[in-house]
Amino acid sequence: MEMVTRIGKFDHDDDHLNLRLGLPGTSEAREKQAPSLGSRTSNKRALPEDAEDPGSNSKCSRTESANADSALPTKTQVVGWPPIRSYRKNNTQSTVMKTPQSDVAGGNNNYVKVSVDGAPYLRKIDLRVYKNYPELLKALESMFNLTIGNYSEREGYNNGSDYAPTYEDKDGDWMLVGDVPWERLRIMKGSEARGLGCA
Amino acid sequence: MSEDDDRSPPSDAAATGITASGSGGSTSVELFPAPYPDQVLENVLENVLCFLTSRRDRSAASLVCKSWYRAEALTRSELFIGNCYAVSPRRTTARFTRVRSVSIKGKPRFADFNLMPHNWGAHFAPWVVAMAKAYPWLEKIYLKRMSVTDEDLVLIAESFPNFKELVLVCCDGFGTTGLAVVANKCRQLRVLDLIESEVMDEDVDWIACFPGSHTCLESLIFDCVDCLVNFEALERLVVRSPSLKKLRLNRYVSIGQLYRLMIRAPQLTHLGTGSFSTSDGMIQGEQEADYASAFAACKSLTCLSGFRETLPELLPAIYPVCANLTSLNFSYANINAEQLKPVICHCHKLQTFWALDSICDEGLQAVAATCKELRELRVFPVDAREDIEGPVSEVGLQAISEGCRKLQSILYFCQRMTNAVVIAMSKNCPDLVVFRLCIMGRHRPDHLTGQPMDEGFGAIVMNCKKLTRLAVSGLLTDRAFSYIGQYGKLVRTLSVAFAGDSDNGLKYMLEGCPKLQKLEIRDSPFGDVALHSGLHHYYNMRFLWMSSCKLTHQGCREVARALPRLVVEVMTRNEVDEEDIVDDEIEILYMYRSLEGPRDDVPKIVQIL
Repeated sequence: MEMVTRIGKFDHDDDHLNLRLGLPGTSEAREKQAPSLGSRTSNKRALPEDAEDPGSNSKCSRTESANADSALPTKTQVVGWPPIRSYRKNNTQSTVMKTPQSDVAGGNNNYVKVSVDGAPYLRKIDLRVYKNYPELLKALESMFNLTIGNYSEREGYNNGSDYAPTYEDKDGDWMLVGDVPWERLRIMKGSEARGLGCA
Repeated sequence: MSEDDDRSPPSDAAATGITASGSGGSTSVELFPAPYPDQVLENVLENVLCFLTSRRDRSAASLVCKSWYRAEALTRSELFIGNCYAVSPRRTTARFTRVRSVSIKGKPRFADFNLMPHNWGAHFAPWVVAMAKAYPWLEKIYLKRMSVTDEDLVLIAESFPNFKELVLVCCDGFGTTGLAVVANKCRQLRVLDLIESEVMDEDVDWIACFPGSHTCLESLIFDCVDCLVNFEALERLVVRSPSLKKLRLNRYVSIGQLYRLMIRAPQLTHLGTGSFSTSDGMIQGEQEADYASAFAACKSLTCLSGFRETLPELLPAIYPVCANLTSLNFSYANINAEQLKPVICHCHKLQTFWALDSICDEGLQAVAATCKELRELRVFPVDAREDIEGPVSEVGLQAISEGCRKLQSILYFCQRMTNAVVIAMSKNCPDLVVFRLCIMGRHRPDHLTGQPMDEGFGAIVMNCKKLTRLAVSGLLTDRAFSYIGQYGKLVRTLSVAFAGDSDNGLKYMLEGCPKLQKLEIRDSPFGDVALHSGLHHYYNMRFLWMSSCKLTHQGCREVARALPRLVVEVMTRNEVDEEDIVDDEIEILYMYRSLEGPRDDVPKIVQIL
């Protein structure tokens, strides 16, 4: 079933997934509602963008682990309100069902919005339909008429393709599609994704 | 705290009681010394004090005299340290020498909400190093909001041959490497409970590290360990753990795998499901019957939780156990009222119920209709924002107050509330010990009358005579705090946010609540004058937290000067802001009594006055 886009500004919420394919250096600075003072060091793959843009907001957790004495948030942001632990926020099964006839339970679908740099509009795909990454990538390639190429653990998609699929996980980190085992990615449907290209 | 002995020890002659036979006298040879009467008393005392378990009673006993102090110190086997910085490991191990069980709490609760820097402190390392030497017979460690590293876990595994229980709540800093060592080396391990902790995925198959023979495991809780598990290893582990009673899985365990585990362990009393959903959202007919029979076979099951990613169509599988359930945690399951009702209508014995507000007021009415034994209710928001309509309101709370008269503890997140319903709850549920109401919109008044929520919270402190923990919210004036100060005579923990008009608010609390131990305040207009009004009481408290209030460096420094045994930590915004910011204003004050003085592991951002 459909996941409805939340009305209002695009902010960090758990309700929909966005994939974005784009050319390098096209990352947008994201305004986080509550910069995390308590973010943890992460053992995730380092994206090439880190070197280019170390001050970027979206690499919140990485810059904060590097700069351990992080600053307190500015006055305008309301950090930590309402008082829900981030563990609970991240693990609450998400739903955006606003239309009355929708089934409130969010367990049946895995719709993902996909945007591509330069494309005029977004598409939506259901991750459940695909059994593995190669299938997903083929579908994206044919949907957008572009080349993503093959995934390799060492280099990602750096084998001559212009585009690489990425998504943003629950920690706010931009992840390359393919690193996480397929089952685990599907389970992470609650996370939000925005992609950017890297080559 | 000196260990000096008041009495002089018995002289050598009497102690040995043996005189040389060569002197020719007919002295009696005593092989055993005649004990002094005091010594008899002390031995008796030690034997009696062994039975004293309440730590307040033990504290009182230790103050009677030096002899009692000594006896109590020798017989205290369970140590509770409410603030890891209030006392040092060295002092602790010097006083208490025969400890089997240690509980330590670290960061204050507001650290959970990202209000503290990541590296603030509460490191377990100095404790485990000291205990490794001092308490070789240590059996249990319980930690809450501490930073624990893999090295600490390795030290536990290597230092305590009799180690039986490890419980880590809201901890961080460790990963699957440390878990693997504990699993492998702690051969007497009965309990390994990881609760809401951040566990790093170091790509170690820790489940496979438990010893290959029978284990003593009684409780294995790892729902917060967010890594794939080796299911075959887990299944084998369950099979060779015949004492296993509590098992809480993480979301990577599928329902099919859950089924396999359940049929291996029908003796379970506490079960946390993993993913309660099928990968394609479809169920085959026999599957549903199978799951139900697996639940039916668990005749001792009283506590059910988990339900990450719930497929509501699968819920009928738990019907066979509902009648026996005393605790049900649906707080990760996004189900609506219609999906809840067929489950809850069987749960007559339920005492603890946690849920998401997706069940709506209607779901709460269903709970109220059936769960007459309910003692604890927690309702969490699916959508934790401030400006939305919200699915639960005073209607649900009213129903609960009317249906669940034995309620003792409530945590309720909502968007709107009325004084009338809170007052009704104060009268319907006189046994309330914990009342935590979070109206998520800041400064929200009673949505029917437009009045502040003063009268509602006032009624709670007035009518609930057993109340020890209170969290307030909504639009509140100083009047609410005057009620709290006037009636909240047993209140120990108080949580305040975006409330009050002036310094009087804080003054009322500090002057009126003699039992106040933990006071956490954020974004309220309380300043230095109010802070000073509590000087008489701060040594009786575990801590005071105030963030984004109206405190200045000067004000805090004066408190630090007046009370030398208080550690006064302040944190400031280190950015230069607009003109209307007073330079001296501090952002966070966290102060606590301590025997040790300023700690030596402060990050740069923290200043100790």
